[in-house]
Amino acid sequence: MLRDSSLEDRRREHHLVVVRAGVVGVLVLLALALVAARLVRLQVDQHEHFSVLSRDNRVKVQAVPPSRGLIYDAKGVLLADNLPSFSLEITVEKVEDLDGTIAALSAIIPVDANDLARFERLKRQRVRFQGVPLRLNLTPEEVARFSLDSHLFPGVDVRAELIRSYPRGALTAHVLGYVGRINTEDMARIDTSDYAGTHFIGKGGVEKAHEELLHGHVGHQQVEVNARGRVLRTLEGKPPVPGRDLHLFLDIDLQQAATEALGDNRGAVVAIDPRTGGVLALVSKPSFDPNLFVEGIPQPDYHALLYSPDKPLFDRAVRGQYPPGSTVKPFVGLAGLASGVVDARKAKYCPGFFQLPGQAHRYRCWRRGGHGSVALEQAVVQSCDVYFYDLAHSMGIERLQGFLREFGFGSRTGIDVAGELGGLVPSREWKERARNQPWYPGETLIVGIGQGAFLSTPLQLAAATATLANRGRFIQPRVARASQVPGSPEVQELPALTHAVEVGDPHHWDQVIRAMTEVVEGARGTAKRIQTKAYRIAGKTGTSQVFTVGQKETYNAARLDKRMHDHALFIAFAPVEDPRIAVAVIVENGGHGGAVAAPVARQVMDAHLGGSRLLARGEPGDGD
Amino acid sequence: MAIRSALPSLDPGDDPAAPSLLRRLHLDLPLLIGLLALCAFGLMVLYSASNQDLGNVKRQLMRLGLAFGVMFALAQVSPVRLRSWSPFIYGVGVLMLVAVLLVGDVGKGAQRWLDLGLIRFQPSELLKLAVPMMVAWLLAARPLPPSLPRVLTAAVLILVPVLLIARQPDLGTAILVVAAGAAALFIGGLSWRLILAIAAVAAAMAPLLWYNMWDYQRQRVLTFLDPESDPLGSGYHIIQSQIAIGSGGVFGKGWLNGTQSHLEFLPERHTDFIFAVIGEELGLAGILALLVLYLFIIFRSLAIAANASDSYGRVLAGGLSLVFFVYVFVNTGMVIGLLPVVGVPLPLVSYGGTSMVTLMAGFGMLMAVQTHRKAVQF
Repeated sequence: MLRDSSLEDRRREHHLVVVRAGVVGVLVLLALALVAARLVRLQVDQHEHFSVLSRDNRVKVQAVPPSRGLIYDAKGVLLADNLPSFSLEITVEKVEDLDGTIAALSAIIPVDANDLARFERLKRQRVRFQGVPLRLNLTPEEVARFSLDSHLFPGVDVRAELIRSYPRGALTAHVLGYVGRINTEDMARIDTSDYAGTHFIGKGGVEKAHEELLHGHVGHQQVEVNARGRVLRTLEGKPPVPGRDLHLFLDIDLQQAATEALGDNRGAVVAIDPRTGGVLALVSKPSFDPNLFVEGIPQPDYHALLYSPDKPLFDRAVRGQYPPGSTVKPFVGLAGLASGVVDARKAKYCPGFFQLPGQAHRYRCWRRGGHGSVALEQAVVQSCDVYFYDLAHSMGIERLQGFLREFGFGSRTGIDVAGELGGLVPSREWKERARNQPWYPGETLIVGIGQGAFLSTPLQLAAATATLANRGRFIQPRVARASQVPGSPEVQELPALTHAVEVGDPHHWDQVIRAMTEVVEGARGTAKRIQTKAYRIAGKTGTSQVFTVGQKETYNAARLDKRMHDHALFIAFAPVEDPRIAVAVIVENGGHGGAVAAPVARQVMDAHLGGSRLLARGEPGDGD
Repeated sequence: MAIRSALPSLDPGDDPAAPSLLRRLHLDLPLLIGLLALCAFGLMVLYSASNQDLGNVKRQLMRLGLAFGVMFALAQVSPVRLRSWSPFIYGVGVLMLVAVLLVGDVGKGAQRWLDLGLIRFQPSELLKLAVPMMVAWLLAARPLPPSLPRVLTAAVLILVPVLLIARQPDLGTAILVVAAGAAALFIGGLSWRLILAIAAVAAAMAPLLWYNMWDYQRQRVLTFLDPESDPLGSGYHIIQSQIAIGSGGVFGKGWLNGTQSHLEFLPERHTDFIFAVIGEELGLAGILALLVLYLFIIFRSLAIAANASDSYGRVLAGGLSLVFFVYVFVNTGMVIGLLPVVGVPLPLVSYGGTSMVTLMAGFGMLMAVQTHRKAVQF
């Protein structure tokens, strides 16, 4: 029967497979027995022979690290160099009496307490069978002295390596960052085989952001060594691929001018070329000497920097988050125009305060007596708070924050400087999530004048200003312009992301830019003191509150501690007709933007555009 | 027979009224235990082989997590569904191989990767699974053993992807894919006369193969025959790994104490040559323990094949178990100098991700074959 035959088929099939599986099992056993037999031959019969070979092993493969790419500024000035340096290294695993060896070494090469402390620290973090430096920067005489006696010190070697050096020191510390020894944390995020011979890695700034380009790829060489592991000669190998050199937009002369313009103040300056998004200057003061960090900074020096009240290690330009204050008003004004909430020709009345319908609370204008009747242009020029309270209130927080985000507020710009922070544009959704509280209408008003929870970095302010100067073309700011294989003529430009900010009628740009021009060029502008005949400037002053003034009090600088004083802000671009530089300045606890921050921006623009160094005479601005 | 004892009872009545938790999760306990033990052993050795770099161990652990996830997911797919997918998966795999030859990325001098934007993918890995699936699908359509035309069809289906992979060129993977297909055919009942004939033809074809090899492949074969002829070139690997293993002796130099490995005489010590680190540090005893572990996993897989409820399951499971064995044999054989150097990792022990996911996907299918069994009717 059909059914029976199919059943018979199945039985046969099953039997067949069981037999075949059995055959395979036997074959597997035989093959593994072969492997085992071979192992017995190697590990038992020939064990003595191979033990001798292992002890006298003479040829090994060494990793050859690539040389790190150099960094040049816009005019070809070298900002990060590699200098040869000799260090004395101990491979701890190969030394029997470590203390004795160090004592004997100190007799021929001076070793101080700092060296010992660093050696102990690096020894704890070391990778097994890798040398730990005892002394750095040996002089040629010291190298010669050790070489004479090197046979007495198995496991101790002089190593020549290239050490990163930053010739402009503190001037580039924040923007370039620095390299430091690879630690276990770094190991987790790199391809360790590619870093087999490399000891340094970018720890911040451009050095970290462009680590992949700057590092290159490891090479290998086979070397003949003696029984102690000392290299006798090189046999053959594959050379490393050197890291690529970087060419920056950064202009070191402008960087210098911006640093000098800040004087002894704490603060930051960011200058961007609106046409390219290239960062011309990125200054954070105070700064520090990055060269100290390359070979490991001594603990007391590090603590002095870390706990200094001036926070020199803190990169204010990309990590400092400040309320943008009145500098945000041109953008809020644009938001109002773009959404149709305000008309540039229609005035609002400022009695010195603003009240929400049905509420007693008075949101005050900075000028107690009020500005009277003001339209958009005068509202920006005189920085009338009431105008912008009203605008923000009519627009509502959702539309307002959405528009501000288009200019780059509230999220990282993606600049190629590691560690950037994104600031904060408050919104309903944010407040629900972060504070688990509902949004109050009063908070919308405060966002409209750039205070409260609203935070922006100086970099974001500069990028937003550049976007304004560009009439809506946002270009992601970046420090590096191009990369180049060392010695090759081919230069590869690095890409930039861009997007367009839409405001409906293009005249809206003219209206806001005209208002910003009046801030500097007009008779009543808050920054009229920085006028120059050489070119026309569009700007906006701002102050950012550190200390909250109570409802019935007045802000009295004389009675407050200096560190509670307002931060002074200024944004500007120039020349108005053909913008070539956009600047954001913050002077911490500097007071009014017009008096303190604007002159800094003027000096930076002068240095870039070649204008007069003399400030135009004029009455001090009326605060803002 | 040795296998017989490892076979679970053919009687379906493991109390079907109350299926165990493992059965419901479609996991096979002996196989799972074997795999976990193997991975634990592998991580311990990897820690030493990568100079106590916990970063490597962590990354490997994440890959293992992913691989076990894939295994678990595939174990849920019933072999019936797997069978219906087979021709489709095979077709996609072959198309991707063609795509790699046309637009693939060149990594380490060979074209293997397909850049899919988000991830880079090595289509040849997929074929290690797709080929045995396809052969099983073909053979299971008629009662076993297969007729001659069917065998010839299967041979063509195996050779097309193999030739594409060999063109990349990737000898190691090509060997594994051939092995996968051949193993499936063998389990499916390829007649002994044909096996002899194929062996004869292969022997006759050897010179032809030689002239079609790439230079570096030829070099490896030459070096294998006489490592001393090129002690600093490709012979270096073989000499150094044999010194490492031989100097390990019966009980080894101790975990973390291998001089060959830590003084960097041994190249690729955490990837393809990790077996030599085991030999040096844990000695013959450690290696035999590892081989027993492998043997257990292979025998359990064969038992699943023999015990499967239909031809598709039997042929597929048999093919997959043999691929795993070929991995073990080719890698260990290479490291101890029995076989020429080909890029095949020590399965589930070597550092690296792609093959691990493929292997665990295979074990997922094996578990599916075992746990989705219908009651066998006799």
